[in-house]
Amino acid sequence: MTQTIIVVGAGHAGGQAVATLRQKGFDGRIIMIGDEPYVPYERPPLSKAVLAGELEVERTFLKKEAWYPEKQIDFRPNTLVTSFDRRAKTVTTSHGENLAYDKLLLATGTRVRKLQAPGAKLENIFYLRDIDDTLSIRKQMKPGANVVIVGGGYIGLEVAAVAVKLGCHVTVLEGLDRVMSRVVAPEVSEFYDKVHTDAGVIIKTGMAVTGFEGQGKVERVTCADDSSFPADLVVIGVGVIPNVELAAEGDLAVDNGIVVDEFCQTSDENIWAVGDCTNHPNALLGRRLRLESVQNAVDQAKTAANAMCGELKEYAEIPWFWSDQYDLKLQIVGLSEPGDEVVIRGNPADRKFSAIYLRHGKFVAINAINMIKDFMAAKKLIAEGKHLDPVKAADAEVALKDM
Amino acid sequence: MAKILITNREGEQSEIEGEIGISVMENLRDNDYELEAICGGQCSCATCHIYIDESWMEKVGPRNDEENELLEELECVQPGSRLSCQIEFTEELDGLVLTIAPDE
Repeated sequence: MTQTIIVVGAGHAGGQAVATLRQKGFDGRIIMIGDEPYVPYERPPLSKAVLAGELEVERTFLKKEAWYPEKQIDFRPNTLVTSFDRRAKTVTTSHGENLAYDKLLLATGTRVRKLQAPGAKLENIFYLRDIDDTLSIRKQMKPGANVVIVGGGYIGLEVAAVAVKLGCHVTVLEGLDRVMSRVVAPEVSEFYDKVHTDAGVIIKTGMAVTGFEGQGKVERVTCADDSSFPADLVVIGVGVIPNVELAAEGDLAVDNGIVVDEFCQTSDENIWAVGDCTNHPNALLGRRLRLESVQNAVDQAKTAANAMCGELKEYAEIPWFWSDQYDLKLQIVGLSEPGDEVVIRGNPADRKFSAIYLRHGKFVAINAINMIKDFMAAKKLIAEGKHLDPVKAADAEVALKDM
Repeated sequence: MAKILITNREGEQSEIEGEIGISVMENLRDNDYELEAICGGQCSCATCHIYIDESWMEKVGPRNDEENELLEELECVQPGSRLSCQIEFTEELDGLVLTIAPDE
């Protein structure tokens, strides 16, 4: 009997999973269901090179369109899975089809958190999640346009960097007291605030957006302190929500993400889940977590695909991320927490420095800004659980790998 | 079309018709070679590491600065090491000989 694997979700994780399944020699039927019109693609370039018009959309595709039929992968774009029946082992699609599976992989990802505010449905208010969002924003980003960005996280700041380079007047409204506060130390936030300000971006922190005004199209963004900002275009980047509803309706364990084990298996032995939508254990971090990250999506997809082929390799990786803004390559390894000791290596004024995070002396995370060698060394040292002397670590003349 | 001769991580040799104007990394990815390339060509991760055959090193040219910093920290770096996302495949590289480096 030919086995059937159904993959729900055609993002980075879903795309990697089907590639690994075929690479591992799985020769059964694969159906991959995605709600977008595109084959799986890389999202990171969207807020960077694609938005800037420097990279064609097709070059973000993980595999070319022709690859899927060549590999006998039945790809169903523009399709949602509306429900599934674990006992009958079937999924139902938005086109009313019932499809039977032997094994199911949930790679449902996340969706943007929407602002609930008066006027939030006006034209020219965008979120940036997929290719179509990016192309719509790009079209409106004309030189001289007033661009207001709500949210000073990775997405907001990357969009700001592109917009100001294109000649737009850019204002970033951040709700908390500093930019990227969720992921970097105050010293790094301060640095990025200054870089953007020097580039001509207006950064306003501690701003609570109360609404949007305009006739049909957005014209102004209003805030709780009664200030308002003229806007031809608004881009909102205030986080994402994991897509767990399908799993929850199917009575799988869900707790801020679909609960999986170290092999990405859910509470049902025929169902696996991967990527941004999972709550997974990580032995290297000693805890469970949910991550929004390409590295995690790729590595979990491989783990699950291997497990579905009967090859059990535990998932345990130190997370890493990156963000490109202007000439700055920010590379992050590990997860810092409030309370970690922060050591600055190098001088922010040189646009080349690292923030090292120590927890009781143990090296747990790094933000490396144009410090590629530190990033590479940190990947190894953090995985080893290395302890660092904070005084030595601050000396950028000494290579991290030699500590 | 121009050819690329590839030795994969299992030591098996094969040949592909490369697409001109995209990177060597994209060519390897499109042809199903095992290569992580997690950052998608942003020169941020060093997971598309290859070795250029000695006879091709001059034609392919030197590493750029960022690429060099990433490569120098790898354990299995060699003189012919390059990040395949940083090499645009052109007609001049017809017949390019390379080996995919181990995953670190």
